[in-house]
Amino acid sequence: MPRIDSKKIKKLFPIFSKKENKNLVYLDNAATTQRPKVVVDAIKDFYETYNSNIHRGIYDLSEKATKMYEDTRKHTAKFINAKLSEEIIFTKNTTESINLLAYTLSDNMLQKGDRIITTSLEHHANFVPWQTMAKKKGFILSIVPVTEDYSLDMEEFEKLIKEPNVKLVCISAMSNVTGTTPDLKKIIKRAHKVGALVLVDGAQSVAHEHIDVRKMDCDFFVFSSHKMFGPFGVGILYGKKQLLDKLPPFLYGGDMIKSVKETCTVFNDTPWKFEAGTPSIGDVVAFKKAMEFMEKLGIENIKNHETNLAKKTVEMLKKYKQVTIIKPKNLDKSGPVISFTIEEIHPHDIAEVFNKEGIAIRAGHHCNQPLMSRLGIPATARISFSIYNTEDDIKKVELALKKLFKIFAK
Amino acid sequence: MSDIYSEIILDHYKHPHNRGHIKHDTHRAEEDNPLCGDSMKIYIKVSEKKPQIIEDISFEGEGCAISQAATSMLTDFLKGKSVSQAKKITPEQVYNLLKIEISPARSKCALLGIKTIRSALS
Repeated sequence: MPRIDSKKIKKLFPIFSKKENKNLVYLDNAATTQRPKVVVDAIKDFYETYNSNIHRGIYDLSEKATKMYEDTRKHTAKFINAKLSEEIIFTKNTTESINLLAYTLSDNMLQKGDRIITTSLEHHANFVPWQTMAKKKGFILSIVPVTEDYSLDMEEFEKLIKEPNVKLVCISAMSNVTGTTPDLKKIIKRAHKVGALVLVDGAQSVAHEHIDVRKMDCDFFVFSSHKMFGPFGVGILYGKKQLLDKLPPFLYGGDMIKSVKETCTVFNDTPWKFEAGTPSIGDVVAFKKAMEFMEKLGIENIKNHETNLAKKTVEMLKKYKQVTIIKPKNLDKSGPVISFTIEEIHPHDIAEVFNKEGIAIRAGHHCNQPLMSRLGIPATARISFSIYNTEDDIKKVELALKKLFKIFAK
Repeated sequence: MSDIYSEIILDHYKHPHNRGHIKHDTHRAEEDNPLCGDSMKIYIKVSEKKPQIIEDISFEGEGCAISQAATSMLTDFLKGKSVSQAKKITPEQVYNLLKIEISPARSKCALLGIKTIRSALS
């Protein structure tokens, strides 16, 4: 198996060769990854060569653009092993994908008194929409807590799934704070047994793991292009065809209709009925290059490289007694995201000192305040890896840590 | 680097002035820093007679060195000042107290104290 040569790969990402970023150590990949040249070039190429609106043009240019847009849909289906390309809907981001489901499911498939199960690991994107809908429509929202090892509490899940009228389980494939990866297959099987649908938030997992929606058997899977080397502004919603067919449109307007009369409208078929208005065509087209880029590297290779970095980082951090690592112990079964806190030093101060050393990490609640309050901390510092990160980066992190300790020991 | 963690900042962070909950406070408020979820509580005792004077002021809450030091210095500065003066404090005045460069991202940390004080006095 070819190993990832991160130094060579780094050269494929133009941002690292800019003189402004000469010493940049980018460790905020869970927020957004960098883009390889092939993706940036694809955006430029679209606007320079194929720019036109899709679906309605009876001329070559528009037909070419339409084909490129629809080819990305096909490729996305293949990328996550969906059965049909019609099961792929393009949105703006993961949050919009989840809102599309929150609104349409709440209006059509859920009733007052129904239960929705979510977890303490969710990003606000997979929590706030359900909390809001529960309040508005009278659903009951249950939250599966985490164990002391930051894993999902499966005993609690078992209790909650046995409650009457559980209709929906909304769960993250990988936590953006702890890297926890719940046992999705088991959870989905159990949920289906009680007749509940399952929405999986794959925003964090998709850049690090091979996704097979059919093997997983989830009903919905959502993710974003920008967290996997693709452009901003492209979200993906996968749904099983028979379920998407039953759902009404989310947004109304152009491109999502078959015919419009003064008194009524016939909506388009799945998935186009969910894509109202002009999408971000150039970005969708370039997203295909991001998927191809990952496939070429090999998702297993990516995973191995990143897991190795995560292990080495945890090893390094463990040398310092002041550091508390907030991550499951089994590093092979969690994503390359490492949250930590340091006694007497606030995460903002950690990030500030790191920044002065050219290291970009995140500090804060990482859009998961319910988890923070369950853990009894306001915030953490977070390192998250990607393919262009090197063992050298970890050495730089250690140097920055030493500097931090020195400053705060004054 | 312009040393954001100057000795005076770290000193106020480690040994904050006016920390805790004063007795007989007449005004209080709690505000969050949306950046990190830190929260700050402010307690103020305002004189009964006019012009209204801040007789005592204290704060509670966890936070970064910048937010804690800024509030520590600010509470020192405001003790004995009039309420109308306190309401007019500008971000620049807070930065001047801190005597360091505050990046846009950290301005929310530096200004959490004054935001909470304003909210307590309003």
